[in-house]
Amino acid sequence: MTTPVLEARDVTMRFGGLTAVRSVDFTVNSGEIVGLIGPNGAGKTTFFNCLTGLYVPTEGTVAYQGKVLPPKPHMVTQAGIARTFQNIRLFANMTVLENVLVGRHTRTKEGLWSALLRGPGFRKAERESEERALQLLEFVGLAEKREHLARNLPYGEQRKLEIARALASEPGLLLLDEPTAGMNPQETRTTEELVFAIRDMGIAVLVIEHDMRFIFNLCDRVAVLVQGEKLIEGTSEVVQADERVIAAYLGEPFEGEPDTAEAAEVDTAEAAAATAEPAGATTARAGTAGSETTEAGTAEVEAAGSADSTEGETQ
Amino acid sequence: MTDTTLQTPAERGLLPLPAAVARPLIAVGAVGTIASAFMSWTWTPDFPGNLTIYGYPAGLQILALVAGALTLLHLLAQWRVKGLGWLNPSGATSPVLLTALSAFAVCWFTGIAIAVDLGGLVNLDPGAYVAMVASLLPVLGALALPHPAPGTGLKGYLGKPEQPRPGTLSPLAERAAVTVGTALGLIVFTYGIGINDDDSETFIGFLLVCVFAAWGLVHSGLLDRYTTMSTRHKGFAACLAFAAAVIFPFTQSNDHNANIGVNILIFATVALGLNIVVGLTGLLDLGYVAFLGVGAYAAALVSGSEYSPFQVHFPFWAAALTGMAASLVFGVLIGGPTLRLRGDYLAIVTLGFGEIFRITVNNLDGDSGPNITRGPNGITQIPDIQLFGFNLGDSHTFGSFTLGRFANYLFLMLIITAIVVLVFTRAADSRIGRSWIAIREDETAATAMGINGFRVKLVAFALGASLAGLAGTVMAHVNYSVNPQPYQFAGAAPPNSAFLLAAVVLGGMGTVSGPLLGASLLYLIPEKLQFMQNYELLAFGVALILLMRFRPEGIIANRRRKLEFHETGQLDVPAQTTLSEDAAVTKAGA
Ligand SMILES: Nc1ncnc2c1ncn2[C@@H]1O[C@H](COP(=O)(O)OP(=O)(O)OP(=O)(O)O)[C@@H](O)[C@H]1O
Ligand SMILES: [Mg+2]
Repeated sequence: MTTPVLEARDVTMRFGGLTAVRSVDFTVNSGEIVGLIGPNGAGKTTFFNCLTGLYVPTEGTVAYQGKVLPPKPHMVTQAGIARTFQNIRLFANMTVLENVLVGRHTRTKEGLWSALLRGPGFRKAERESEERALQLLEFVGLAEKREHLARNLPYGEQRKLEIARALASEPGLLLLDEPTAGMNPQETRTTEELVFAIRDMGIAVLVIEHDMRFIFNLCDRVAVLVQGEKLIEGTSEVVQADERVIAAYLGEPFEGEPDTAEAAEVDTAEAAAATAEPAGATTARAGTAGSETTEAGTAEVEAAGSADSTEGETQ
Repeated sequence: MTDTTLQTPAERGLLPLPAAVARPLIAVGAVGTIASAFMSWTWTPDFPGNLTIYGYPAGLQILALVAGALTLLHLLAQWRVKGLGWLNPSGATSPVLLTALSAFAVCWFTGIAIAVDLGGLVNLDPGAYVAMVASLLPVLGALALPHPAPGTGLKGYLGKPEQPRPGTLSPLAERAAVTVGTALGLIVFTYGIGINDDDSETFIGFLLVCVFAAWGLVHSGLLDRYTTMSTRHKGFAACLAFAAAVIFPFTQSNDHNANIGVNILIFATVALGLNIVVGLTGLLDLGYVAFLGVGAYAAALVSGSEYSPFQVHFPFWAAALTGMAASLVFGVLIGGPTLRLRGDYLAIVTLGFGEIFRITVNNLDGDSGPNITRGPNGITQIPDIQLFGFNLGDSHTFGSFTLGRFANYLFLMLIITAIVVLVFTRAADSRIGRSWIAIREDETAATAMGINGFRVKLVAFALGASLAGLAGTVMAHVNYSVNPQPYQFAGAAPPNSAFLLAAVVLGGMGTVSGPLLGASLLYLIPEKLQFMQNYELLAFGVALILLMRFRPEGIIANRRRKLEFHETGQLDVPAQTTLSEDAAVTKAGA
């Protein structure tokens, strides 16, 4: 039962002088829901990007079901890891259905020739893809809206569509980057149920989230990342009770040294806000990595504005 | 007076006239415009089109007549006259105003053109004054009508009115409507092409009427209905369009217009190929015309021309395959290294490669390199194509119709265009097409969904290149010769990379009909407005800037089709969701 799906060994990611992720070892077992938490700018998204090949880790390896993954995003998806993005990245001018169909890319083969000739094989594959996509849309509750453009969906539904699109690649592991950011409490609750249902489909889930209630309800195991390093990993109870976590992240005044805790938090927020600007400016020359930065930067500026509220972040 | 001031701006017109006066005013003006077309507008036939004869409208007068009649029709429809409701389902005022403006524009343009061309107002006959006064009245009247569209002032008049959901017709009636619409399109197009090349005034008038009348049709919702119906009967509409294009040469008495037709088709086909690269995949290719050149040169080299260093004469199908294959290879060679770049870099590198092709071809003349292309002289005396025993260079007579050389090539090009349209639509609506669009929308997300960005982009690039190469093989034969001159980045006449790109952007990226329409316009306008030659690039630039400001999605918007299932009225709302802002940030950054 507890075979490891994902094994990250000693993953380190440096951006020039900044070490965003520092020798993180991490395992996700099959059938597990694992949470990844940490203050803004801790390196959670960067770690996800390392796992999915969007960044090539400076050091370390990522293995899926025992096989080391090449740092190419499309090969990682092909292998069976799918993800969503913190700053929603849907194909805005495609319909909801088409978005999910794009997710089917790795599980279908039809190339240009079969598209031009439209043989029976092509039609069959196309029909099956469509059926599967519709099932998934039904699963996340968006079947009604299949012909809408993705850009016209409300925020919460865009997040759900991202999940459906990721599921379309038939992954063994799903990475969710802040799936409830910007959702209202009801939507958060349905997302919770959705994640449980996904786990019941036999898909392991790794989720980043700032909503602690969501995380502790959901996860079998929670890891805490602070300044790129894994601080602690364990069950919800263990993590919730850990003093360092409270001091570094949960933000409740810790008896004895409340000033330190608050100061640390403010520091992190400020550092994040400071890096955001130059990060945006260097973007133009940074290719793939660059577009990620801009997002991370903007997200942090927003987050820094409301650094003390960890749940129900407004967009 | 007191009445009108109490009403809200939406119920009141811009001008303080009661509707009971405004409507008759429009009617009188429209009838006056129609009547003026039967009068003499100037005393001398020196003005193009001969507007001197009473009772026999010609040239610009016909346009004024049509515009006046359209105004009258729209007025009656807006007045809720029975049987005309379909013309303006929303009952909006703006179609009346826009058609009135089309009549106004053509009449005043003619009056001013006569005065300027012939030197003074004395050259105007009473007919011209009648036309100018009469065509002004409907504009004033329309501005006084209440308008249900949102917004105040002129903006309110020109904002697109809300459309009621159209009732559905029976499939047969819909097909009939599509047929009528296509036939009208053919008539308009034929009329435009048939205007004499030295008759720029009439062509400008034609464009004015077309633009305003089409705008009016958009506002009345008719054009939307036409597109909805033709997408519902897609195959039927496509066959119809093809049939209309086949009929075209039979409607032309001289081969010159068929020549224009062939060139438009070549240009349009290449633009459609470019649309795969730019419109679907979102790769800005500034050197695309080079692929047309590769195809043309490859075909010329194997055509059996005595100026070709290879003394071989391939049959057309083999020459076409050679041209395609050469372009494909060239496309892969260029795409291989450059498609790993993103955004601006790709544009600049393709621009460079495009120029490399032209300069290389220019230099393979025996002096600077081996003699293959004969440098600037090019390869001439390319023989005509033989197909199924027909020599496309000869005239053929069918009954009372004689089809000349260019008409023959027009048929050949029609088949090729049809193939390219088929390739485009089929590729776009498939796994590979979706991955192209996904890459255009968000390359990072696309790769994270398992799309091998480089490979998929290379396929798009190579497919686009080989389609351009195919068109090039025909072009070499149509023109009897190939030389390096047309294959540059920007020039005063199509095809060149800038014009091709403009055809795609102007027409509407990612659509089939967009580049076809854009290419027709961009070919016809320089052809018919010869006097503009020196200012062409300037006018072209201004036009593109205006387009980007007022209608960035091109004449034919791709989103429209998809949004049909969705709320109307959202179409022209600028993107404002966080999602699209992210995309913009990413694009700017990438
Ligand atoms: N491409 C990049 N170049 C330089 N620095 C980067 C890049 N990507 C991320 N960083 C930096 O790495 C650090 C970690 O960022 P990351 O986005 O992973 O944080 P996070 O834990 O996801 O935060 P949040 O909770 O706000 O999403 C930040 O200081 C960020 O500025
Ligand atoms: Mg993050």
